[in-house]
Amino acid sequence: MTAAEIVFTALGVVALGAGVCTVTTKQLVHAALWLVVSFGAVAGMYLVLTAEFVAWVQVLIYVGAIVVLLLFGIMLTRAPVGPSEGLNSRNRFAALLVAGSTAVVLVTLLWRGFRDARIELEPGGGSGDALGAAIFRQWVLPFEVLSVLLLAALVGAIVLSKSRADRGSRTPKEG
Amino acid sequence: MSVAYPAVFAALLFSVGVYGVLARRNAILVLMSAELMLNAVNINLVAFDMWLRDVLHGGQVLALFTIVIAAAEIGLGLAIVLLLFRDRGNIDVDRQDVLRESDLEAR
Amino acid sequence: MTVLAAQAIALPFLGALFGLLLGPWTTRRLAEVGLRASVPPVASVPPTEAPGSEAHVEAEPDVTGEAVPPEGRAAPGFAPGGGARGALGPVLYAVLPTVLTAGLTIVIGLGAWLDPGVRTAALTTIPTGGPDITVGLSVDGLAALLGVLVGLVALAVQVYSVAYMRDEPRYSSYAAFVSLFTAAMLLVVYASDLLVLYVGWEVMGICSYFLVGHHWEERTGSRAAVKAFLVTRVGDAGLLLGIIVLGLGAGSFDIATVLAKAPDLPSGTVLAAALLVLCGVAGKSALFPLHTWLPDAMAGPTPISALIHAATMVAAGVYLVARLYDVFLAAPAALAVLGLMAAVSMLGSACAALAQVDLKRVLAYSTISQLAVMAAGLAVGAKSAAMFHLVTHGAFKALLFLAAGCVIHAVGSNLLADMGGLAKAMPYTFGAMTIGYLALAGVPPTSGFFSKDAVLEHVQDTALRGGDLPGWASWAVYVSLLVTIALTAAYSTRAWLLTFLGPAREAHEAPGLMRWPVLLLAGVTLVLGFAGLGSAELRPHVAPAAMSLLFTVAGAAAVYYAWRDDPAKDPALRLGVLRRPFERAFYVDELYDRTIVGPVRLLARAVKGIDTHAVDGAVEASVPVTRFAGRLARLPQNGNPQTYLTGLLAGAVFLVLAVVALT
Repeated sequence: MTAAEIVFTALGVVALGAGVCTVTTKQLVHAALWLVVSFGAVAGMYLVLTAEFVAWVQVLIYVGAIVVLLLFGIMLTRAPVGPSEGLNSRNRFAALLVAGSTAVVLVTLLWRGFRDARIELEPGGGSGDALGAAIFRQWVLPFEVLSVLLLAALVGAIVLSKSRADRGSRTPKEG
Repeated sequence: MSVAYPAVFAALLFSVGVYGVLARRNAILVLMSAELMLNAVNINLVAFDMWLRDVLHGGQVLALFTIVIAAAEIGLGLAIVLLLFRDRGNIDVDRQDVLRESDLEAR
Repeated sequence: MTVLAAQAIALPFLGALFGLLLGPWTTRRLAEVGLRASVPPVASVPPTEAPGSEAHVEAEPDVTGEAVPPEGRAAPGFAPGGGARGALGPVLYAVLPTVLTAGLTIVIGLGAWLDPGVRTAALTTIPTGGPDITVGLSVDGLAALLGVLVGLVALAVQVYSVAYMRDEPRYSSYAAFVSLFTAAMLLVVYASDLLVLYVGWEVMGICSYFLVGHHWEERTGSRAAVKAFLVTRVGDAGLLLGIIVLGLGAGSFDIATVLAKAPDLPSGTVLAAALLVLCGVAGKSALFPLHTWLPDAMAGPTPISALIHAATMVAAGVYLVARLYDVFLAAPAALAVLGLMAAVSMLGSACAALAQVDLKRVLAYSTISQLAVMAAGLAVGAKSAAMFHLVTHGAFKALLFLAAGCVIHAVGSNLLADMGGLAKAMPYTFGAMTIGYLALAGVPPTSGFFSKDAVLEHVQDTALRGGDLPGWASWAVYVSLLVTIALTAAYSTRAWLLTFLGPAREAHEAPGLMRWPVLLLAGVTLVLGFAGLGSAELRPHVAPAAMSLLFTVAGAAAVYYAWRDDPAKDPALRLGVLRRPFERAFYVDELYDRTIVGPVRLLARAVKGIDTHAVDGAVEASVPVTRFAGRLARLPQNGNPQTYLTGLLAGAVFLVLAVVALT
C-alpha cells in the first residue's frame, strides 16, 4: 500500500463517514454541515488523484455555492434548528436493503474488475493549464451549451420561485 | 495506486446517497443525498480519466460539467421545493401522494 | 280418393288453426249480425281488441259478464263469459270441419268398399341424400276402415264436448286441439310414408299431452300430462329408431316398398326394426311395460278419454303393427314378444280393472286389456280379426266413455262409491251403457261378441294346431285370453251394478247434445258386429263362441252373486288380500318410481347441485378472487414517490445481479 493509497483511504473514510452522518442525522442544519465535510474530503481525494483544478472547482461550487443554497432552502422552509423527529420516512428499511445490495453488487463488481489496474499518478495531468486547453479547444461547444443550460436553469428557478400571489397581484399600477 | 480504491469508495458513497434518497423524508435532505451520488460519480470520472491518461481530459471535463449541472439542478430543485412548501405547507416527499389510487384509503 | 283423404286431414287442421286464432272474433261478428240466439256475450269484450283476446276472456269471465250485462243475461242458466256456450265461433270452427271430415271418411270408406285396392298419391319428394321422403297418402281397405272410425268418433266427441265443456273457460283451445288431433290421427291412418306417419304420430302425442293436461290448474292433471308425454316418448324414441332401421335397410321410407322388401332383409335387421317399432307400439297402445300412463291420463276431460285414450290414439299402435305386418311376419320372434306383452297386459289390467274405485280408471284398464286382445290377435296372425276388434272396440269404448261422462256429469264425481241406483233417473244413459258393457263383455248380439270371438278363434287355432308362434307362447296367450274374458265380464258387471243398480238416487238425464252422440254410438255398437258376418274369416264358430260365453257367464255370475248378498257393498271387497295389489295395478307404478324415477331424480338433483355449487360457484368465486387480487395489486400504487423509486432501484440491482449471475 503506497502513501497515496493510505491518504486516499483516509480521505475516503472521512467522506463516507460524513456522508453517512448526512443521511442519518436528526438535525437539518447538521446534515448540511456534514455535507461540507464530505465534499471537502472528496476534494481531497481529487487532489490525491492529481486533479487539482477539479478539486478547487469542487470546493468553490459545492462547498461554496451549493451548500449555501441548501442552507437557504432550509431556512426558507422554516425548518426547526434543533433536532427534529420524522426526518426519516417509513421507507427506511427498504432503503437500507436496496442501498446495501447496491453497495454489495457495485463493490464486488468493481473490486473484481479493477483490482489489478493501477493508476500512474503524475503531477500536471489535472492542472488548470491542461484542463483550460482541453475545454476551450476540444470541449468548447459543450461548454457553450452548458452556459445556455445554466441560463435556462436560472430563468426557470426565478419563474418557479415567483409566488402565485405575485403573479396574480400584478396590477396596471405596477406595470 | 490501484483503480479499485477510488472505484470502491465511489460505490460506497453512491450507496450512501441511495440510502439517503430512499430513506429521507425532507425534500432538502433528499437533494443533499442526490449531491452525494453525483460526487461519487465525479470521483469515478476523475479516477478513470487519470487511469486512462486521456489526452483530451474527457473525464475531468465531464466532472466539471457535472458540477455545473449539479449547481443548476440544486437551484431548480430548491425552487421547486420552495414552491411545494408554499403550496402545501410541508416538504415531506412521502406525503406528496396525489397520484395515488384515489379510493385506496376508503377500502 | 287420396285427394279426399288430404282434404279430410286438412279440414280439421284448418279448423284448429281458425278456431284458435279467429274463434272469438267470429263470435263477435256473428253476434253483430244477430246470431246470438243462445249465445251470451263475448260481445262484452270491446270489439277493438285483437282476435287473440281469448286470453282476456278466459282470465276474467265472471267480471266481464257482470260488468256489462248483455241482453242474453236475462235468460236463466247461462254461464257468463267463455265456455262452449259463450263462444259460437269456436264451436263452429270445431264442429263444421269435423262433420265434413266424417262425411269424407265415409265417402272414402264406401269407395274403398266398392272398389278395393290401394290408391297412392304423392305431393312431393324430399331428397335427403339417403332414402328420400315421399310426402304422400295411400288409401287401402284397412286405412279407409280406420278413417271412418276416427271420423265418426271425432264427430261424436266434438258434438258431445259442446255440451260437456259448456262452462269451460278454455273451450276454444280444447276444441282446437281435438281438431288438430283428428287431423294428425287421419294423417297416421292415411300416410304412405313412414316418416309422414311419424309426424302424425308425434302431433297426436303432443295433442294428447295438451288435452290430458287441460285442467292443468290441478296437480293431477299436469302430472298426468307429463307422465303420459314422457312414457309415450320412451316408446317413440324406439319407434323413430325402428323407422330409421327399416328405411335404411329397405332404402326407402315408403311403406309399400318397405313391406315388399322386408322378407329379403337380413333377419337381424328385421328383428331389430320390429322390436324397436314394438317399443313405439307399446308406448302408444299402452301395452305392458309402458302402460302406466293410460290410467293416469283419465285426469283429462272425459270426451278426451273417449276420443284419444279409448277409440283412436291408443289404437294407432295396433294399427301400426297391422300396417307393417309383413315386417313382423319376417321376424317371428318379434311376434312372440308381442304375444307375451299382450298376454301380460290383458291379464294384469283386467285384474286391475276389477278392483278400481274410479269409474274412468276401470274403463282405462279395460282399454289396456282390450288393446292387448287386439295385439294378441296380431301376434297369432289374425290381422283381420284384430282390426275388426279394433273398430268395434273403438265404437263401444267411445260409447262407454261418453256414457260414463254423462254419469259423471250428473253425479259430479268419478268414484263408483258416489254412484249407484241411477237406472231410473237416467234411462237413456243406462240403456246405452248397458249395451256398451254387453259389448265389452262379449255378449251376443253386440259387436264385441263377434270381434272378440274372431280373435279367440284364431288364438285357439294357433294354440291347438300350431302357427307362427312357439307353442308355449301361443298357449300362454290362449289361457290368458280365456281368463281375461271371464275377468272382463266380471269387472263389467261390477261397474254396471255399482253405477246403475242398488238404492235409487236422484239425478238428471244428460242434455241432448250429449245424449245423441251416445245413442248413435250405442246403435253402431249393436249392429256393427254383423258386418263381420260378410267375411268367412270373421264369422263366429260354435266351439270358441260357446267357450267364450261360458267364461263370460261364469265371470258375470260370480260378481252378481257376490253383489246380491249385500248390494251396498263393493263386490271387489270379496277379493280379500288380492284387492290391494289389484287396485294398485300390481305396484308397477311404484316399481317404476323406485327403479327409474327415483334414480333419475337423484341424478337430476346431483347435476343441479354440481351446477349450483361447482359451476356457478366457480363463476361466483372468480369475483372475490379478482377483487382480492386487484386490492393486492393496487397496494404498491400508494402515490408515494419514494416507494416507486425504491422499487425502481431494487429492480435495477436485481437486473445487474441477474446479468452477473447469468454471464
